[in-house]
Amino acid sequence: MSKDLSRIKAYGDTLNDGATQVSFTLPVPAGDEAREAARQMALKMGLEEPSITFMADLGAGFSFFVVYGKCKHTVDYSAIKIPKKQQEILSYYEINDLIKKELGRKVVVVAACTGSDAHTVGIDAIINMKGYMGEYGLERYPEIEAYNLGSQVPNADLLAKAVELNADAVLVSQVVTQKNIHLENLTELVELAEAEGLRDKVLLICGGPRISHELAIELGYEAGFGPGTLPNHVGSYIVAELVRRKKTEKS
Amino acid sequence: MEQKLNLDQQKVDLARATAAKIAEKLHSWIGDYTTTTTERAAARLLGIDGVDHESVPLPNVMVDKLQKEGILDRGLVPWLSMAVVARNQSPQGIAESLASGKLQVSEITALPEDKWMVVADSLAEEAAAKIRATRTKREEMKKKANPCGKPMLYVIVATGDVYEDAVQAKAAALQGADIVAVIRHTGQSLLDYVPYGPTAEGFGGTYATQENFRIVRKALDEAGEETGRYIQLVNYASGLCMPEISVMGAIERLDMMLNDAMYGILFRDINMKRTFIDQHFSRMINAYAGIIINTGEDNYLTTADAFEQGHTVLASQFINEQLGLRSGLKEEQMGLGHAFEIDPSMEDGLMLEIAQAQLCRELFPRSPLKYMPPTKHVTGDIFKTYLVNGMFNFVSILTGQEIQLLGMLTEAIHTPFISDRYLSIANAHYIFNNAKGLGADIMFKEGGRIQQRAEKLLNEACDMLQDIEKIGLETAMEKGYFADINRSIDGGKGSSGVLKKAPGYYNPFIKIFMNGLADMEGRLS
Repeated sequence: MSKDLSRIKAYGDTLNDGATQVSFTLPVPAGDEAREAARQMALKMGLEEPSITFMADLGAGFSFFVVYGKCKHTVDYSAIKIPKKQQEILSYYEINDLIKKELGRKVVVVAACTGSDAHTVGIDAIINMKGYMGEYGLERYPEIEAYNLGSQVPNADLLAKAVELNADAVLVSQVVTQKNIHLENLTELVELAEAEGLRDKVLLICGGPRISHELAIELGYEAGFGPGTLPNHVGSYIVAELVRRKKTEKS
Repeated sequence: MEQKLNLDQQKVDLARATAAKIAEKLHSWIGDYTTTTTERAAARLLGIDGVDHESVPLPNVMVDKLQKEGILDRGLVPWLSMAVVARNQSPQGIAESLASGKLQVSEITALPEDKWMVVADSLAEEAAAKIRATRTKREEMKKKANPCGKPMLYVIVATGDVYEDAVQAKAAALQGADIVAVIRHTGQSLLDYVPYGPTAEGFGGTYATQENFRIVRKALDEAGEETGRYIQLVNYASGLCMPEISVMGAIERLDMMLNDAMYGILFRDINMKRTFIDQHFSRMINAYAGIIINTGEDNYLTTADAFEQGHTVLASQFINEQLGLRSGLKEEQMGLGHAFEIDPSMEDGLMLEIAQAQLCRELFPRSPLKYMPPTKHVTGDIFKTYLVNGMFNFVSILTGQEIQLLGMLTEAIHTPFISDRYLSIANAHYIFNNAKGLGADIMFKEGGRIQQRAEKLLNEACDMLQDIEKIGLETAMEKGYFADINRSIDGGKGSSGVLKKAPGYYNPFIKIFMNGLADMEGRLS
């Protein structure tokens, strides 16, 4: 069978077999009825010939299932267009050199975990001296002045600090995503920035385990960084964008 | 316990003695101060509870009024007792009168000590008796229940809604969890009051309130009844209200409290002085209530590198131990924390984890060590995470850890689902059973890499402690010795709640708790 990119299916060991595994919990005790309920649930998910390979009673009236089936749905891969960050990833040295050569001044970055979020793991990995996975954090960059405001910073305080320091970029980290609290927080920041007339003066960038570039654009940010992001990825983006903006201003 | 690391006992003694000196230095000034939350804790101990018409907790109402009047530096108890004597009302009655405006702080006339101190002492003794009764009840329930295996299985629930937490906590217990922690609402550590009543809305967790404690306690007791076990309940005596939450836990029969001497300073940017003073009274309460504390050294390795900074965990454990002892905690009550956080892509990382875990075990042989699962290098690859968690469980059973916070395969994705907990318990059951006796049969090669790594960590920890001893713990924290985080002595939140004690300061609980502790079982070395 030849591969039709306009109708791709999940793959197990034969093209278009649709092989899919899912696991979920149902709020009923384990038993024959629960197994049948899980099978029907799988069918409704589009899993044909569902097979309940495992059922366990979780106590307190819940049961857990592992299910295999053949997902009937197809996706048109050829029609997918994803906005991409248009720049190459530079190294620590290249970023510093580029700032010196093209901007001739220090780049100021202000970062925080906003709202009620107390999880600084992400922002620390990007900003703090030490960095992450062998990549120095932005604090270490001689051409970047980076300020990590830490956790639970109100959006208004973050923007106030950005104004005070005349920041080029504001980095927001959101780790806690329960009940979509991160979306509320991120949206509020954009609205505040607009209200204060800052929107065009500063790059708004967000990051976190559930953030994608696409989501960030949708929320009104310049860029978004998801899992696996290293400090130089963010640095590359900021510098490239600042250089681009400087050139546009001139022309 | 068999010694496997061939440690230099003199080095171990030196590390402990140095940590003792560090703790002594802190204690040279801690006793000269009190804090707003320490005084509010005394109010809670004396039975003051509830909120005013603006939902401000009555302990806050009373302490704020005393502070505004500039007389809080004698402590809450003297003024409260004087009012009790003068008006023949209960402490709760006085607090309610103050809240409603029927009574003004300025109307409380200063009485000589012989007029009120007897009343203060008898009220305090009554409160202490209640805490002792709760402790006895726990001991009796534990005695009746089937004994708990080791390591004990510790899971978290974090739905944000206490009623949902109760369901999940119960389910976890029925699945085999021995210990259930209800994670707190993510901003609570920075609230300078404890919310009141049951709460159904929280982000990243559920508010610690006394009513919430009661609700989950009841659910776990029911699960315990059904399974013939005693299920332990955990919350967080941390943040700006450390001692108050300890009081709530002592009353509602919590069994463990996250209660680190330095965590709030480092990870929540709470004022250093405030935290050191707060932790002292908070730990006294925990000690008296028979609560096991958990310390937070694992967190260091989520910001700093676990391979390079392994010794900072040990240094902090020594300091936490010495501070804990000075607040009356027995070694048996100290769940000193450490973690399985070395980058899993590192060659022979498992050997290094074994070395660190075994070292903690041998350095703190009587303490119920709390071993924390991998989080830093965990991604959304649930299959790999499940495997890494298995290795973590393997190291734990091999080295005899006691409190095992189970890793979730969905770490870094969401707060645990009911099925995530089930899978984590299944993982632990399999490995703890399948490798049960392995540790007892294994010795480490003399001079081999595990022994060498342990020796190196101990030496580095010892050097670090000696450095800290020279400059003082406060300066060491300013310089970023722990977790690569720098905190200034006057910075951070909550400093306005620190007060120098005035002559005539009185808090009867300090005496009752510290004297009472001497008779309890366990070792104060």
